[in-house]
Amino acid sequence: KKLDIYPTNAMTPGEVYKTTEGYKGVLAKIYATLSGTGNQGPAGDPDIGGGLDEGSQVPFIRAFFNAQELPTDEAVVAWNDQTIQDFHNLKVTSGDPFLKGMYARPIWNITLINEYIRQTSDSAMKANGISDADAAGIKATRGEARFMRAFNYWVMLDLFGKSTFITEADPIGYFLPREISRKDLFAYIETELKTALTELPPAKTVEYGRVDQGAANALLARLYLNAVVYTGTPKYTEAITYAKNVINAGYKLADNYRSLFMADNNINGRDEFIFTANCDGLTGKAYGNTTFFIHAAAGDDNKEFGANSGWFGYRATKGLAVLFPDLSGNTDKRAMFKTSKFDATLNQAEIDDVTNFTNGLHVNKYRNIRLDGGEVSDPNSEFADIDFPIIRLPELYLIYAEAVLRGGTGGDLATARSYVNLIRSRAGATSINLSDLTLQFVLDERGRELYWESHRRTDLVRYNLLTTGTYLWPWKGGVASGTAVNSKYNIYPVPAANISSNSNLSQNNGY
Amino acid sequence: QTRTVTGIVTDSKTGQPLAGVTITVVGTNIAALTDTTGAYRVAVDSRADRLTFSSIGYTEQRVPIAGAQLNVRLVPEITNLDNVVVIAYGTRRKTDLTGAVTAITAKDFQKGNIASSEQLLQGKVAGLQVTSGGGAAGGGSKIRIRGAASLNASNDPLIVIDGVPVEGNSVSGSANLLNTINPNDIESISILKDASATALYGSRATNGVMIITTKKGASGKPRFNFNTRGSLGVVAKKIDVLSGDQIRDIVNASGNNTYIPLLGTANTDWQNEIYRSAAGFDNNLSVSGRADLGTSVKLPYRLSAGYLTQQGNLKTNNFDRFTTALNLNPKFFQDHLSININAKYANTKNVFADEGAIGAAVAFDPTQSVRKDWNRFSGFYEWVQANGDVNKNASRNPVALLELKDNRSSVDRFIGNVQLDYKLHFLPDLHVLVNLGVDQSTGSGTAILDSTSAISVTDFSGLGNISRYKQSKKSQLADVQLFYQKDLSDGYKIDALLGHGYQDFFTTDYNFYNLYQTGKEVPGQEINYPVVKNGYGIDSYLGRLNFTMAGNYLLTATLRRDASSKFSRENRVGYFPSFAFAWKLKEAFFQSTSINELKLRLGWGITGQQDGIAYNSYLPLYYQSQSSAQYQFGDVFYRLYRPTAFNKDLKWETSGTFNAGIDFAFAQNRINGSMDVYSKRTKNLLSYVDIAPGSNFDITQLRNIGELKNTGFEFSINTVPYKNEDFSWDLNFNFTYNKSEIKALYSNVKDPEYKGFPVSGITGGTGNKVGIHAVGYAPYTFFVRQQVYDSGGKPIEGLYEDVNRDGKISDADNSYYKKPAPDFLFGMATGVTYKKLSVGITGHGMAGNYLYNNYNANSAVLRNVLNPVISLGNTGANYLETNFANNQYLSNYYIENASFFRIDNINMGYNFGKISQSRFRLSVNASVQNVAVFTKYSGADPESANSSGVDNNIYPRPRIFSLGANLDF
Repeated sequence: KKLDIYPTNAMTPGEVYKTTEGYKGVLAKIYATLSGTGNQGPAGDPDIGGGLDEGSQVPFIRAFFNAQELPTDEAVVAWNDQTIQDFHNLKVTSGDPFLKGMYARPIWNITLINEYIRQTSDSAMKANGISDADAAGIKATRGEARFMRAFNYWVMLDLFGKSTFITEADPIGYFLPREISRKDLFAYIETELKTALTELPPAKTVEYGRVDQGAANALLARLYLNAVVYTGTPKYTEAITYAKNVINAGYKLADNYRSLFMADNNINGRDEFIFTANCDGLTGKAYGNTTFFIHAAAGDDNKEFGANSGWFGYRATKGLAVLFPDLSGNTDKRAMFKTSKFDATLNQAEIDDVTNFTNGLHVNKYRNIRLDGGEVSDPNSEFADIDFPIIRLPELYLIYAEAVLRGGTGGDLATARSYVNLIRSRAGATSINLSDLTLQFVLDERGRELYWESHRRTDLVRYNLLTTGTYLWPWKGGVASGTAVNSKYNIYPVPAANISSNSNLSQNNGY
Repeated sequence: QTRTVTGIVTDSKTGQPLAGVTITVVGTNIAALTDTTGAYRVAVDSRADRLTFSSIGYTEQRVPIAGAQLNVRLVPEITNLDNVVVIAYGTRRKTDLTGAVTAITAKDFQKGNIASSEQLLQGKVAGLQVTSGGGAAGGGSKIRIRGAASLNASNDPLIVIDGVPVEGNSVSGSANLLNTINPNDIESISILKDASATALYGSRATNGVMIITTKKGASGKPRFNFNTRGSLGVVAKKIDVLSGDQIRDIVNASGNNTYIPLLGTANTDWQNEIYRSAAGFDNNLSVSGRADLGTSVKLPYRLSAGYLTQQGNLKTNNFDRFTTALNLNPKFFQDHLSININAKYANTKNVFADEGAIGAAVAFDPTQSVRKDWNRFSGFYEWVQANGDVNKNASRNPVALLELKDNRSSVDRFIGNVQLDYKLHFLPDLHVLVNLGVDQSTGSGTAILDSTSAISVTDFSGLGNISRYKQSKKSQLADVQLFYQKDLSDGYKIDALLGHGYQDFFTTDYNFYNLYQTGKEVPGQEINYPVVKNGYGIDSYLGRLNFTMAGNYLLTATLRRDASSKFSRENRVGYFPSFAFAWKLKEAFFQSTSINELKLRLGWGITGQQDGIAYNSYLPLYYQSQSSAQYQFGDVFYRLYRPTAFNKDLKWETSGTFNAGIDFAFAQNRINGSMDVYSKRTKNLLSYVDIAPGSNFDITQLRNIGELKNTGFEFSINTVPYKNEDFSWDLNFNFTYNKSEIKALYSNVKDPEYKGFPVSGITGGTGNKVGIHAVGYAPYTFFVRQQVYDSGGKPIEGLYEDVNRDGKISDADNSYYKKPAPDFLFGMATGVTYKKLSVGITGHGMAGNYLYNNYNANSAVLRNVLNPVISLGNTGANYLETNFANNQYLSNYYIENASFFRIDNINMGYNFGKISQSRFRLSVNASVQNVAVFTKYSGADPESANSSGVDNNIYPRPRIFSLGANLDF
């Protein structure tokens, strides 16, 4: 009929899922949801609208960073954007737009993954006209999709304690999805990851940027380490088991810690990285991927970050600074700090005024500079090439150590110590004795090794330090000297807008 | 018993005989035609008492039969537009109108230097709001008829030019498609306001209809008209910012050693540096007349050409327009076939200035000079960091923004249509009209950023940038209409219309590589689709029945069925009916009084709205990502396929409108006017609503969920308080009251805490919004915090009313506060004519409208002077009142009453008449536009074209002085 008018630059699902190239384009999008934000790059035509800001509220890397680092000792921000100050002050509300984006992003990703899983069923591929030979290749990617869905659900589990729950059995249209409880979601993720293990290729056998059994084992280890928080039931033995699966799979530490966060970390981090969100300054642009780190942490010291400008925003508190024996990097190469005067001292790390960027420690960890001295992709140094490491080997060493210390079986302290010393010796830090290896030490070591990689909130919750008065850092709870806050802030509220648009969802206690 | 009546029919103006005039005996089927000498002969019954004389292009006349000889002079309609009004699919005598329609003809248009057609109407029509977007040369306006009926679709009226509904959206490279119509070619503009007047346009009618009719050829020998105008525009008001000395005092007083060394020694008024006085010239020549080709073919024609060149007040901004229009109206077969050919072509050339300079000029540090003695940035001053890098976050030098960028476009537009009107030989009551039209525009342009500009240095490796664009829009229309007209017995009359039409609108975008100034491609680009074409079509059936009873009662019923490609097959078709009734009270009760007209009108109708809705929202579609949004597997980058949210339930917004009106005239028509009350309720209102995450590929979606109500009252009166042979005084006034209220936004509101959908983004602090769409309130009602003041009336920084008494100030304390839309609109015009001299004043105003002063909120704080990105800036004079250190974006302190009255125009004309004994007739005129604005608003201009009421760095509307001359020969 003449009124069936189609645009010349779009495809119906029937056209997309007609070729292996189409399937691969969707699979690439499933990965890209963790680093990109839309179809335009860096901005324009976002995946998620709804009045949220494409650059700051719906990018996974940036929103997850805000949720995981900003409430902790590792980060404060100078800006006045909407409610951004509520994060470090530990007083977020259910109306928070950043949180709305943080809830929307994983669920959007899962919606897409469900569609992909539907379209990769035998019957769907047959209906789409995919040849049997091609179908086998496409089917082999189902494990990746399943892993990616489990990872997105893990984010929901950790931040919100429960989730909107949709699977490939749900339609796309206008309906009210169910809610899944924390316990059930834990079990679902666990089952899915174990299923994915049967579908995924073995570790270290796939092209860079895609996941394999190593990633699924690692995420299971992370899940089990936090099982007490998620379900009340410890799973430290399982944490050790799955950490070992990864550790023994052939990954190895890169020589140079700094190189892991540089523009060519896709080369130098290749042996250590287990799961990354890849970014490129020319072909994968976004304001909320690692581009955010090189700008937001920089002031007029932008050249140190390999950026053409600073955004005068994020710094660390003294809480992070004191984990290191000194800030120069001489005693621990992982201390990569600046201040506005360019040389970090403990005094300059003091923050009198959160909104004053000249106070506080500039975290110079991410640099859009190549270790090999070559040119970065973006000739203007606006957008970063740095791939964001979501899981890398040292985390598994530290999971192993912590799970052993917390009573898990199947591992031993001597091995744990050797793992910790592997990490430390790479950093040029002193080796530790068995007696040094305490739970507090592991937490501090996680701080030193994994800071600004979006682990801190999960760790502080697991140690019951996020909201309590046991550990205070500058401006915790909005007070200069730090203060305890209500324990409800251990998990985030479900965004109010989502509850009013879906009566199946319930609010977390206290919000 | 029959007798014969004979006579001659002539043109009242030229005295020439008219052929093909239909003579009907009232109350019978008997009819006759005049021959080529204008003579007729008709046999009439003894009971017959009147004859009707009708011919296309002439006003129909009813003449009592008195004797056997009856000579009639028919008056051409063209000279009689006061009486005949262009309506949807036809014309109607003003006294027979049943709907709310206001027609403005050329003599009542706004005078002066007017580049865009809609501005001819400013303040002239009750219920019509025309707000220019600013003072940019060739810039567009926001047009609203009776408020806004939609929140998320378009609120622009449908524009119909000589029978062709045209594309309302601009083409790339054009600021405004209405500027492609030369105001000098316009004969009249009809504003169709209520549903009974607009419903024949069905799914495009909710926002009212503006019908533009261009001038046509008349009769007789060729007549030439030449008019010329020169103008000078000046910036009437600038924003009150601090001087270099004041900034030096503030910075030195801060004692901050980061900032003191940054101070310069100059006192630069950056606004003076970016603005200039703007000259404009407008010349138009037209010829019209009628060529008689042989005995039976008459060819009225009009040909015009115009050239306008207009500078903008912002340096480098320029607008040039060449227009030409041709109109031919030949008639054949003794006037049984009349053809109407309209062709309009325009070429506009724009030089766009970087309007970012306006905001930069009020924010830039006045202690710095425009230029600096260095070889960077073509010698312009720019902020650089200690390490030598351009300070990317600082304001850019406003003059450099203008001078180091060259952004030009050229737009061609052709609108043409052919109307064939055939009156059936065997049944003259019936005629068929075929209308074929096309509206095509193509815009293309190139923006060149100089390699030395600071933006080139930060964003283009210092190599400059050339970006090109091209877009074309094409609409095609094919309509067939059948008209039937029949006089029955005494005062009973029927006329009916049946029509079918198809129109489509396609947009084609051409994508080009970005280049460095050297012509080399900027790396990282790969164009997936060099050409993208998309659009929509509407397939329609329409019908109208007018029924006149006993001469005094008029009934109109219309129905349109539209099918639009924007919706799924299930929702594609919509029906849009209307009914109207009018009662000529004068004829019924006041026949022999001094009342000249008194008519009651009642109307109801349903109209739709689909403009502003995306083309394919109902379809599940995947789009391929651009080259800058790819993902790396191994060493290969892959394009992404991304699904887009879709709503297969999407359908039209529909509005039901009631209207009641009275038209009146008395004292020999010296006082006339009309009054209307209306109520328009939009259902299936397209609202962006939060949808459950996980149910579709987005978290909000446009759904047909809400309801919006507009109610209002309009009054207009035209008077001639004094008139004698030499002197006359006109006084006209119109007034509109409109109230908009959102009646529903969600079908399933469960959350009592839910306040509404946030809107009205502002400049400053990513994501901040100051407005809300909320049930029970006007659209874009402000939603802000209540400022607390000290005893001296000074706002206390950061202190707000704790509305919910929870001990902390948060978003939960935001409250509804005022709204941007006006309660009242009014317009006035007065003029006196003394012999050959005339003087006129027009003005318009609004009351009850509020604006968020975004300039003050963003810039009038200390933080803007001592900028955290380590540069200095300027601040508004308002800072001296508040002394705010940090931005208080959400304070209601920044929401100000923007009621105003503007004197739009004062003009003076002198008509010399015939110059000596020659054929030349000359008149001259002078005018001042935007004479004065009376308001309490503290910002630059209280009149905002921005629906959200956020006032931020508007391109100032100039005050224009112009001189013109008009020559007829």
